[in-house]
Amino acid sequence: MPESVLFWIMGPLAVIAALGMLLVKKAVHSALLLAWVMITLAFFYIAQGALFLGIVQVVVYTGAVMMLFLFILMLVGVDASDSLTETIRGLRPIAITAAIGFGGLMVSLIGRATLGRESVGLEEANAAGNVQGLAYLLFSTYVFPFEVVSALLITAAIGAMVLAHHQREVPRSTQRDLSEQRFRSGSLATAAGLPGPGVFARHNAVDVPALLPDGTPAPASISETLRSRGDMRDSAQYQLDQIKTEVAEEK
Amino acid sequence: MNPMNYLYVSALLFTIGAVGVVVRRNAIVVFMCIELMLNAVNLSFVTFARMNGNLDGQVVAFFTMVVAACEVVVGLAIIVTIYRSHRSASVDDASLLRR
Repeated sequence: MPESVLFWIMGPLAVIAALGMLLVKKAVHSALLLAWVMITLAFFYIAQGALFLGIVQVVVYTGAVMMLFLFILMLVGVDASDSLTETIRGLRPIAITAAIGFGGLMVSLIGRATLGRESVGLEEANAAGNVQGLAYLLFSTYVFPFEVVSALLITAAIGAMVLAHHQREVPRSTQRDLSEQRFRSGSLATAAGLPGPGVFARHNAVDVPALLPDGTPAPASISETLRSRGDMRDSAQYQLDQIKTEVAEEK
Repeated sequence: MNPMNYLYVSALLFTIGAVGVVVRRNAIVVFMCIELMLNAVNLSFVTFARMNGNLDGQVVAFFTMVVAACEVVVGLAIIVTIYRSHRSASVDDASLLRR
């Protein structure tokens, strides 16, 4: 009885979250919904006598795998591929029709299939404890697949390292190269390097642009990031009054 | 409760995952849908283990988890490599072999 309560609450929630995964726009939201589906599956495992798998599900899936997904999402960033517009015309109706067909087939198949006997339950198999039972199987019947899987894990780790390793095609440019490049391209004004931020003797914060000799602020003295974020402050208030009047007179 | 109900949930989750692989364009979301399908099948294995009264199904589900973890590690590394060269994580943009 408690199991059916759990099932009828968590089951629909899992299916709704999985559907939401398809429908939400942002990949991060998809990842969170998938994490929820995995947690409900962990509940189902524990309810079905698979205590070890339930814990592993939480630790490995919602812990490690989803963490990795979110990590890569942050690394790659969000871009236009998040949009839900279809690129192949008519793909979505076909996919949904096929899905309804496939899902209907599976559901009707499960509905018609019978085990031919009552479901046994795991009380006997779990008599010595679920972890002990799994360990016994793993190190007797399934010892060879277990070893193969360890080889697979090592191969995957090496594969990931090889794939993620980034080799520079051109050597990193040295300070001298950069200096020569500044003289060759660009004007002589930038050859000496960009001006530093701050107004001398008045204000030296990095978000205040330096003042040029004629009293106008120099946006190039502020970090590109601050400029694009719009975090640049107005340095006019730090101008000396004398410069202000002179500039005004010239105009 | 009849364990058959879990199989229905499993079938639904698998179908949703399959649709996601076809419909979504972001390679990472496609990957997450593959994970959903693997998880759905795991639920079936655990349910079958319970119906048959032995733990073999759970061992198979355990192996599936390990293989899925490997698949995620290598797959995400491939996505990062593709992103480095194409500046995009869309599955439609990686079509160099077609041209």
